Amino acid sequence: MTTTTKPAAPVAAPATRRLGPARLALRQGRLEIRQFLRSRESVVFTLGFPVIMVLIFASIFKDEIAPGVSYTQYFVTGMIATGLMTVSFQNLGIWIPIERDRGVLKRYRGTPMPKWVWFAGKVIMVLVTGVVMTALLLAVSVTLFDLDLPGTATAWLTFGWVSTLGITACTLCGIAISSLARTARSGSAVVTPVALVLQFISGVFFVFTNLPDWMQQVAAIFPLKWMCQGLRAVFLPESFGAQEPGGSFELTRVALVLAAWCVIGLVLCLTTFRWTTRRDG
Amino acid sequence: MLVGRTLGGMSDEVAIRVRGLRKAYGDNVAVAGLDLDVHRGEVFALLGPNGAGKSTTVEILEGYRRRDAGEVQVLGIDPESVLGTRRARSSEGLAADWRSRVGIVLQGTGEFDELTVAEVVSHFAGFYPSGDDPDKVIERVGLAGKARARTHTLSGGQKRRLDVALGIIGRPALLFLDEPTTGFDPEARREFWELIRDLSAAGTTIVLTTHYLDEAEALADRVGVIAGGRLIEVAAPDSLGRRREALATVSWRTPDGQVESAESATPTALVTELAARFGGEVPGLTVTRPTLEDIYLRMIGQR
Repeated sequence: MTTTTKPAAPVAAPATRRLGPARLALRQGRLEIRQFLRSRESVVFTLGFPVIMVLIFASIFKDEIAPGVSYTQYFVTGMIATGLMTVSFQNLGIWIPIERDRGVLKRYRGTPMPKWVWFAGKVIMVLVTGVVMTALLLAVSVTLFDLDLPGTATAWLTFGWVSTLGITACTLCGIAISSLARTARSGSAVVTPVALVLQFISGVFFVFTNLPDWMQQVAAIFPLKWMCQGLRAVFLPESFGAQEPGGSFELTRVALVLAAWCVIGLVLCLTTFRWTTRRDG
Repeated sequence: MLVGRTLGGMSDEVAIRVRGLRKAYGDNVAVAGLDLDVHRGEVFALLGPNGAGKSTTVEILEGYRRRDAGEVQVLGIDPESVLGTRRARSSEGLAADWRSRVGIVLQGTGEFDELTVAEVVSHFAGFYPSGDDPDKVIERVGLAGKARARTHTLSGGQKRRLDVALGIIGRPALLFLDEPTTGFDPEARREFWELIRDLSAAGTTIVLTTHYLDEAEALADRVGVIAGGRLIEVAAPDSLGRRREALATVSWRTPDGQVESAESATPTALVTELAARFGGEVPGLTVTRPTLEDIYLRMIGQR
């Protein structure tokens, strides 16, 4: 038996070093990317899926849908938009519920990590995979299916802002929808049908103007239709704009709708985001 | 056995002070007016059956859960202000400072499937202003051989050690351990106990919930028993439930092979008498006092 008198707490803490915001965000982003790259299914599904779709569809349909515009060109723009939605909306909507269910988020919440850092990590992961996926799609389409890269600075600029706004809106919506899933497994059940339906009605697989009118109206509420349309403005000839439902590519409206979805997504994130599962309070 | 650790000599600063804590989930009252004081530097074990309000209480103290009523101070701050509720909200800086002084080992493990032990621990170390050396902490929890293993390949006990590593990586002043040794083999538990004693000797205040009474007895300066959402008793493990005054049980084997036993307030006298009766060695002699578990089960059973 020992009688222990406790020594006073040693206060020999090392000099405090709190990491700066930029460093915290970059570390978190690196961790997220590393986790993403190491889970083979998600790499294959997220990055490979759009490329495989392009290979299949471009090999089957070789018609021209308008003078000087092949179906392939049309389809590739749709697949870039879909790809951006996959890496952001689907990826987050499926993975966040899994991490929440496993208690990873709860654990982060118990550390001094500022909350925004975790979101920053996700955003960095989404951006990096989005760029890689787009580059991959463009490389395949240019080499195999004669897609022309944008020829003017304006077109590149449009490409830049449409992609950025689109991926931002989809990221925010992905984070927001992640709170709908009650368990780890239900994430993909919530997100996949939404994504699939949007792809069909937003003119990814079919020329948008060939779709029934009501379907076009429904699609126009959601971001994917506008992302596709904005990207068509980048990759298809100016003349094709006349065939769009609004008689032009309507870039202003593209910007407005996507910006509105950014706002809606952000508000939903701020009001509904959960660090713990429902049964966990 | 740690006996006679007096707290009187230390500063009687409190690490945790709870008064009249209440929390209900709908009609189900989980915590019904709980009072609790945990002193700085002590190891405090919370015992109680499942559903008694233990986890709810601990999660309120950890800043994970809101309460319905009552006063709570943990390291001088209302944990709800860290959570940021309507009742209380503290600045980001203050909240981060509090979080960096509180270490948490949750009941369930949060898995980082595809990362290695070393990656996870050093990542978390970066969140703390005076985080410990990751390699040292990995070594300390006994995972040195697994530092490069992906976390999903760890056994249940090893995952738990990783949880503990993440709980102590920030060199907390106060450490919450929610059923930390579930899934440990006996050897691992002993090693874990040593780690807790080390941390405690270095001045860390520890709040432990456990279902293992021997664990509470081995580690805790004081134990508190929660039942029905209240703290029904707080005492040193050897005096809980008037254990010190409890009768001892003496048992022995009679010449015809039967086991006989008797409760006695004076077991020494009884043993002396038995020794005289048997003329020396008493066959199959044991003298036992109620274990903490016996006492605890009696206390819980009365309710």
